[in-house]
Amino acid sequence: MHYKKTFTYFLLFLCGIVMIVPFLWMVTTSMKSQMEVNKGNLGFLPYERYPVFAENGNEYRIKIVLTEADSSYVNVFDENGKIVRSYLKIPNKVIKDKKHIRFHIDNFVTAFNKVPFGLYFKNTLIVSFSVVLGVIITSSLAAYAFARMRFRGREFLFYLFISMMMVPQPVYLIPSYIVLNQLNWLNTYQALIIPWLANIFTIFLLRQQFKTIPQELFDAASIDGCSRWGILWKIVLPLSKSVIATSAIFGFIGSWNSFMWPLVMIDDPKLRVLQVGLSYFSQEASTQTTLLMAASTFSILPLIILFLLAQRQIISSFASSGLKG
Amino acid sequence: MIKKKFDPGPYLYLLPALIIIIVFRLIPIVLSFIVSFFNWSVTGVGSFIGFANYSRLLHDPEFWQSMLNTFYLVIFVVPVSLILSLVFAVLLNHIKALRGFFRSLYFIPTVTSMVAISIVWKLIFNQQTGLMNFLLAKIGIEPLGWLSESRGIFQLLLANLGIDLPAWLGGPSLALFSIIIVTIWKGLGYNTIIYLAGLQNIPEVYYEAADIDGAGRIKQFFKITWPLISPTTYYVMMMTTIVTFQVFSQIYLMTGPPIGGPLGTTKVIVYFLFEKGFGEGNDLSYASAVALVLFAVILTLTLLQKKLEKKVHY
Repeated sequence: MHYKKTFTYFLLFLCGIVMIVPFLWMVTTSMKSQMEVNKGNLGFLPYERYPVFAENGNEYRIKIVLTEADSSYVNVFDENGKIVRSYLKIPNKVIKDKKHIRFHIDNFVTAFNKVPFGLYFKNTLIVSFSVVLGVIITSSLAAYAFARMRFRGREFLFYLFISMMMVPQPVYLIPSYIVLNQLNWLNTYQALIIPWLANIFTIFLLRQQFKTIPQELFDAASIDGCSRWGILWKIVLPLSKSVIATSAIFGFIGSWNSFMWPLVMIDDPKLRVLQVGLSYFSQEASTQTTLLMAASTFSILPLIILFLLAQRQIISSFASSGLKG
Repeated sequence: MIKKKFDPGPYLYLLPALIIIIVFRLIPIVLSFIVSFFNWSVTGVGSFIGFANYSRLLHDPEFWQSMLNTFYLVIFVVPVSLILSLVFAVLLNHIKALRGFFRSLYFIPTVTSMVAISIVWKLIFNQQTGLMNFLLAKIGIEPLGWLSESRGIFQLLLANLGIDLPAWLGGPSLALFSIIIVTIWKGLGYNTIIYLAGLQNIPEVYYEAADIDGAGRIKQFFKITWPLISPTTYYVMMMTTIVTFQVFSQIYLMTGPPIGGPLGTTKVIVYFLFEKGFGEGNDLSYASAVALVLFAVILTLTLLQKKLEKKVHY
């Protein structure tokens, strides 16, 4: 039986490699020098080749400097970086190519400053936080009404909401563009935030949660003179913290990663969000692959960190979305 | 509910969400039907043209090409993703140590943005400086064209055996096949998690009983796991189908220039819609018609799967 377990782990490990290799390669490529990549150094280590000068069994780093007059000279350095000798011609016989690993961290700085990524991060943070905050507020209120109040049209409205959840985004993308155009909101933060301030799925999720709170708590609070509003703040929301956190993380990931909507609604380069900025950068810098990989790395880093911090919660929230959907 | 007095309270609680949903969901959905029957442009309302957009659609070879590409995508992505994620989930369900670690590992592509992922995979598939051809070279296989190869994968496979397949039987182009790989890879973690949750709902006693009866692992899988997991399978199938029909970012970032190339073999329906509506010409009415046809297709498939589910359900 033991070898079966080992085999299971082996398979899982193999699959894990396949799932993670693109990321590994992205990170290692982001730290290579572009010249090495163009020369065909495509593996997983950021190797760099450099010439050395060998003499009497010692090896010295050298630097080849091309002068204007098309003749080059060679500086030979010792370990401390001091020039020990200069040649006017490259002494072919004694020069060897050596490899060493060198991480070009500076690619990250170069990529970050090539286009205003700082601005894109700022825009994305503004949009994502506003959307998450708004969704939590509007959804808590609506879910509270659906779960705990009786009113005419409740069932109708609820099913109307649910049926609209089924409509795929491409269907309302074009008419939303028309609506936002009529409101004069194209090319504004509003276009990125306000249409997303209500989320039907979050309403649904919170309604399920609010329904599980025992009626006795509401009755007791009512008898104590607590108003509807007071019950929401003092009982319902404190008891639903984990579902609210789940919805917030969910909303944040969705907003951070959304691409097609901001691509369509925003033309102004100053209002570009990260995904759109990254997409433009990928066209501008298509040949500078190391910079592209660096930009991809730092643009997914915040979400990877968020994910690592809240893995359990994120995975179980995605899983619950499946079981209820 | 004895008192008859109207209580505005519940509506006030609903109001913020209701306004947003009406203005930015309900009105747009209704509007998209209206727009598709008009000659609408960015500048304003045009004249009523009835079904002209729809009949134009039926005679637009580009539309059919993108429909075909989208179907290729769905037909390859859905079953492969389903099988792989079920295998992953079953394997994960067999272990205790490191389960959380592997689960997180598989899940990372799900939380990362399609834009960044597309940029990385575009480079992986790059003919000269990509990882794919680099690895193929290591095992002695000729470099492939990947995203720039317009010939169908069946055509390419059989060409190696010396069989000349006509283009229409060639299957999805290698470029579209590259997109298929990325799309499967991206969605695998999510489907695995859903399956794992489903597997954990199957009572352990069934397997214990089967053990006593002497049924092997394989037999247990087909006699217990597969039938009992079928609701999850339907859910995963439906979700993957719906999501795959809406693929856009991969195409936008990985293919071309021109996007949808080579030779239009990676142009999918949502990119076609985007190009018509927001590219040159800004034909919002035509794009709306495309969007509604896409919606109709998705809805039909969803209802068909629901019907099928009811028939097979235990």
